[in-house]
Amino acid sequence: MTATTPNDVWVTGVGLLSAAGEGVDAHLAAFDAPDAPRLYDEHAFAPYPIHPLASVDMGRQIPKKSDLRQMEPWQRIGVYAAGLALDDAGIKGDAALLARTHLVVAAGSGERDTTVDAKLLDAISSRDDTEVLAKEILPTALRPTLFLAQLSNLLAGNISIVHNVTASSRTFMGEEMAGLSAIENAFRRIGAGQADVILVGGALNAERKDLLLGYELGCNLWAHPYQSVWQRRAAGGGFVPGSAGAFLVLESRTHAEARGRSPYARIASVLSDHALRSEPGQIRRTLGQLFRRTSIGSPSGPLALLSGASGAEPATSEELDFLDDLDADQFTPATRAYGNRLGHTVEAHFPLGVALAALAVKRAAFFPASDAGRVEDELDSSLERALVTSVGHWRGEGLALIERAG
Amino acid sequence: MSNRLTDEQGRRLVAVTGMGLVTSLGWGKAQSWAALMAGRSGISRITRFPIDGLRTTIAGTVTHPEGYPGSAPALTMAMAKAVADEALLEAGLTEQRGFPGLLFLATPPAELEWPQRKALYEHQGASGSGYDRLLAAARTGAFKQLFESFQFASVAEHLAKALRPRGLPVSVSTACASGATAIQLGVEAIRRGETDTALAVGTDSSVQLEALIRFSLLSALSTRNDPPQKASRPFSKGRDGFVMAEGAGAVVLESMESALARGARPLGIVRGCGEMADDYHRTRSKPDGSAIIGAIRNALLDAGAAPEEIDYVNAHGTSTPENDKMEFLSLRAVLGDHLDVVPVSSTKSQIGHTLSAAGAIEAVLSLMMIANGLILPTINYDEPDPEIPLDVVPNVPRRSPIRTVLSNSFGFGGQNAALVLSAAD
Repeated sequence: MTATTPNDVWVTGVGLLSAAGEGVDAHLAAFDAPDAPRLYDEHAFAPYPIHPLASVDMGRQIPKKSDLRQMEPWQRIGVYAAGLALDDAGIKGDAALLARTHLVVAAGSGERDTTVDAKLLDAISSRDDTEVLAKEILPTALRPTLFLAQLSNLLAGNISIVHNVTASSRTFMGEEMAGLSAIENAFRRIGAGQADVILVGGALNAERKDLLLGYELGCNLWAHPYQSVWQRRAAGGGFVPGSAGAFLVLESRTHAEARGRSPYARIASVLSDHALRSEPGQIRRTLGQLFRRTSIGSPSGPLALLSGASGAEPATSEELDFLDDLDADQFTPATRAYGNRLGHTVEAHFPLGVALAALAVKRAAFFPASDAGRVEDELDSSLERALVTSVGHWRGEGLALIERAG
Repeated sequence: MSNRLTDEQGRRLVAVTGMGLVTSLGWGKAQSWAALMAGRSGISRITRFPIDGLRTTIAGTVTHPEGYPGSAPALTMAMAKAVADEALLEAGLTEQRGFPGLLFLATPPAELEWPQRKALYEHQGASGSGYDRLLAAARTGAFKQLFESFQFASVAEHLAKALRPRGLPVSVSTACASGATAIQLGVEAIRRGETDTALAVGTDSSVQLEALIRFSLLSALSTRNDPPQKASRPFSKGRDGFVMAEGAGAVVLESMESALARGARPLGIVRGCGEMADDYHRTRSKPDGSAIIGAIRNALLDAGAAPEEIDYVNAHGTSTPENDKMEFLSLRAVLGDHLDVVPVSSTKSQIGHTLSAAGAIEAVLSLMMIANGLILPTINYDEPDPEIPLDVVPNVPRRSPIRTVLSNSFGFGGQNAALVLSAAD
């Protein structure tokens, strides 16, 4: 076996859809205006604030009505963002290239029909024969299309159908860890020459009570008036979900150059781990170990850091401890919790952070600080690289280092 | 050849050094294999929930020695743990410090079931109606244990806690191809040199009321309820749908170099993996079969195997009218005339369709067939479909030395995967 130099992994396409709108420019504008009104809604799902999706004409990326009818919002958001990324990378409509483009998706699952569920729950509340009733109501109330809209791997299935990405298709699950697994898998396959070009990302529709219930079983949601992720600890912490789709086209440098594409940035490192979280300090220690495994080398001025902090505890406090450790090691992080603006987007959150880091590195300027909790310092120097953190609200830790390409 | 450490493409050769199995025919490889050899079916009448009025009343349920643990994730975890333990024991990798490799898990999406929703609804702290009431109950903090079982990461988390693998446990879903995808992820990681060993597990216990109704509404399930044992009849003329089933399979994947260095016995080799996604329809494959054909071709290409090297095909063979015909046409396209002489059987005829676990279970069975020089049959084959002229190894096992097996897995959503498995020496 001969050791080979890993292929350079470039970001050559970005597709974003969120509370801030759609596309690269809308997201740069949102992050460049820290004093603009926050993009949340405290009423629709009270007591839980959420970041709703900006209004968008889904038909622009999903032209067939028959396709739209087969999907609920979660899949539409993802398919839309995937289409934006393919457009951005100049792949959309190139049949030969699409057939060689691999697909990696981070997914939860799609919407239940909460009206049907509520009707059934009201009906069974006074009876013991849950399953008999479920059997009487469900067969007529459930729609076959809704089942297909729920399945985790059907976001990927719909991306293949709508955009014709077909080389392969893999869906990773596991909340934030799904996003970590997806980005890491795509990065390593390209690095090792197992794939040339991969569409990778995820989506979340935060505007649904069945989804909120899954997180709130563990009391993980922020059920108070909106506050920054850095300010929630005193009230026990919690996250504010945001609707978003975040997809990237990752490509080997050789492949991108051969088709004349220039990159946003190169991905230098993607690392993940799984702290047991059975005692305090394990998350902080795991992040520190991962950081030392990145290719960052020694400190060279302040480090731009896009934090995926959710506001859930103890994850967020331990991430702050890790940031203090970086500071003590002279890496001087200039931190931006991107979830403050767009919400916590769970499976999509790490892809979203990597995408935002790539945009910032491309233009060589970081986003202004946006925080009342005095965590975020200004960074005026030219941006050569940015670190992205991911600490799952329940499990999973990861880092990505994004650098100027070329 | 026996001391080969790399394949023809110079990549690290990936051996299987341990395997575990749970099917509706038994816990453990030995119990399942004995029943399979005897031609038994694991399909039976569902007793887990009331079935009167349902169009389909049968499934290949797995019975836990201590009774049904109360929810799909609980049984999914128990089976995953059992097959992982069996595989690690066989591989000689039961170290105190934990499993020294990566974990790749094929598991169904997490979802609350009606008993849990009802418990939330009836919680004393809850008020209001519908989901607001469920959320209010959840906010009391009384359901944190439920949280730990119903996250998408839950099964992997419980397995990781028990086995303590390296790094992040990875959960994957490519629907009914998930088990094969988990193995492919492990093979690729070993080839990249990221790890010497990986544990790939597929586990699924989806036989709960709503899941059964949903598949039924898609007209995917057999309604030949009587007798249950005769319902799963892949490649037969009268086949009318698949039979939902439960089970789990695990393989310890290991670089040949690592296996030989520590004196572990290679049970077989994962020679190649292939995949291709379909962009035609959410539940149907392209009429020309090109995505299935592509996945199989890619597997042969990845394995560096000529069609003539395939001694046996472990078919996806779900027993749905469409799958079995498409699979035949696709095999014909890839294997050509060789298909006239290669046996093709579906173990789903005996254990049903184990969904997310199928690819892993069928990889284990394929390697057991290689090791035993014996091909498991397609049972219930009493009425050949003239449109599918195949040697399906009808009804009884066949003694036959086989070295190289193609194992197919095709998922709803168009995610197709195929593995080429071969003897270790």
